Amino acid sequence: MTASGTPEETGPLLRVSSVTRYYGPIVGCRDVSFDIWPGEVIGIVGESGSGKTTLLSCISARLEPTMGTVEFRSRAGKMTDVYRMSEAERRFLMRTEWGFVHQHPRDGLRMGVSAGGNIGERLMAVGDRNYGAIREAAGDWLHRVEFDVGRIDDMPTTFSGGMQQRLQIARNLVNGPRLVFMDEPTGGLDVSVQARLLDLLRVLVAELRLSVILVTHDLAVARLLADRLMVMRRGEVVEAGLTDQVLDDPQHPYSQLLVSSVLQP
Amino acid sequence: MTQALQVRNLAKTFVLHTQNGVHLPVLDGVDLDVRAGECVVLNGPSGAGKSTLLRCIYGNYRADSGEILIRDGDEIVDVASAEPRRIIALRRATVGYVSQFLRVVPRVTTIDVVSEPLRMTGVGRAEATERAADLLTRLRIPERLWNVPPATFSGGEQQRVNVARGLIVPMPLLLLDEPTASLDAENRKTVVEIIRSTVAAGTAVVGIFHDAEVRDAVATRLVDLQPVAKAAA
Repeated sequence: MTASGTPEETGPLLRVSSVTRYYGPIVGCRDVSFDIWPGEVIGIVGESGSGKTTLLSCISARLEPTMGTVEFRSRAGKMTDVYRMSEAERRFLMRTEWGFVHQHPRDGLRMGVSAGGNIGERLMAVGDRNYGAIREAAGDWLHRVEFDVGRIDDMPTTFSGGMQQRLQIARNLVNGPRLVFMDEPTGGLDVSVQARLLDLLRVLVAELRLSVILVTHDLAVARLLADRLMVMRRGEVVEAGLTDQVLDDPQHPYSQLLVSSVLQP
Repeated sequence: MTQALQVRNLAKTFVLHTQNGVHLPVLDGVDLDVRAGECVVLNGPSGAGKSTLLRCIYGNYRADSGEILIRDGDEIVDVASAEPRRIIALRRATVGYVSQFLRVVPRVTTIDVVSEPLRMTGVGRAEATERAADLLTRLRIPERLWNVPPATFSGGEQQRVNVARGLIVPMPLLLLDEPTASLDAENRKTVVEIIRSTVAAGTAVVGIFHDAEVRDAVATRLVDLQPVAKAAA
């Protein structure tokens, strides 16, 4: 729920119903259902192999579930099954309304294109053609993710991991998406770089009133960013609720184990 | 006077699955009524469940059974059964909670830590910063520290920053868990004054204060809480 109650506050933005994905006989994720509302941040936590990434792929229209549906609310207010739209419609949705921040910036950036180009490309993909305006927007976004704007023409290969990750975030947010998927966004970074990125994400998510579905195995990251948590184990959600409730008063044996296994989440 | 909080037959048992499933009953059949403009201080020995009760009211701990009814404008919300997003909305402008410890966010300056809850209610940055500066001044946090993250502050300083953050938004219901625990006499007095004026302005307060002097200075009523009789497990 957003602070001032936006006009979009009329229903969930995304509705996931009984999503199940098998890899042959192996369960990737099973019977997952939840809603995400405008401005909400949901964290999906669990250890490696618990099905977090499979679930994220299913709900972000990257991997068709074996069973179940994923519906997204269009700006006109209609819930549409993302796997029932045409490929063109789905691609357009993914470019305009959604963002996807990968753990490895190389998976989300075009490494052979300059920093400004990486951001501007997104605007051109939705029809912007004014070079001056695109360059200005790219500069503005570089500034927002704490880049020296003088690096606008530099290649991502010349950036550190933390800078590449911030560039990937800018590339994903420049179009003003309503829903952003994040897969371990602070995963491979040094602790000090992580803190900076986390704070940046926290501020951007609040300012832009983004809805975010965040996969992480780091409970401290989840506490800082997520309103709600889902704890996954062996492909199933074993516990879900308010973030601080799940972390401070976990109910399921597995959540208790997960929380008690780390230092001060 | 308006009923701000009604707790009905609240029960809470911790089940520690990592400790062979041991059951620790903490609250059983707890009732509590708090009206606007009251400061109810929970009284009872260590282990009576005072902090657990506050955390249940805030939605931080999950109630096993019973009701926790909080007035939110014209609506009554049962925290024991409400959706997470309803509880988050409740925390934004209706229920405040101040614990003994500040949870610091990397890189965020003290002034922003304090003003953030007010900004989240839609108040502009300039006004929120001004209110934060007022509170920090009253709580004797020197101005040179305002633009530094509080991570390196002393325990007493962090606690005062936490009090400022917890009190910046005028909430109809305020939960205080030992907000004066590590403060010196002068700062304790300031916090007592702030709590008293908050109560006088109509806020309902439920608090835990071990210091008898502070308790006597703020309480309009004491409520006893006793440890749950050992269940035959």
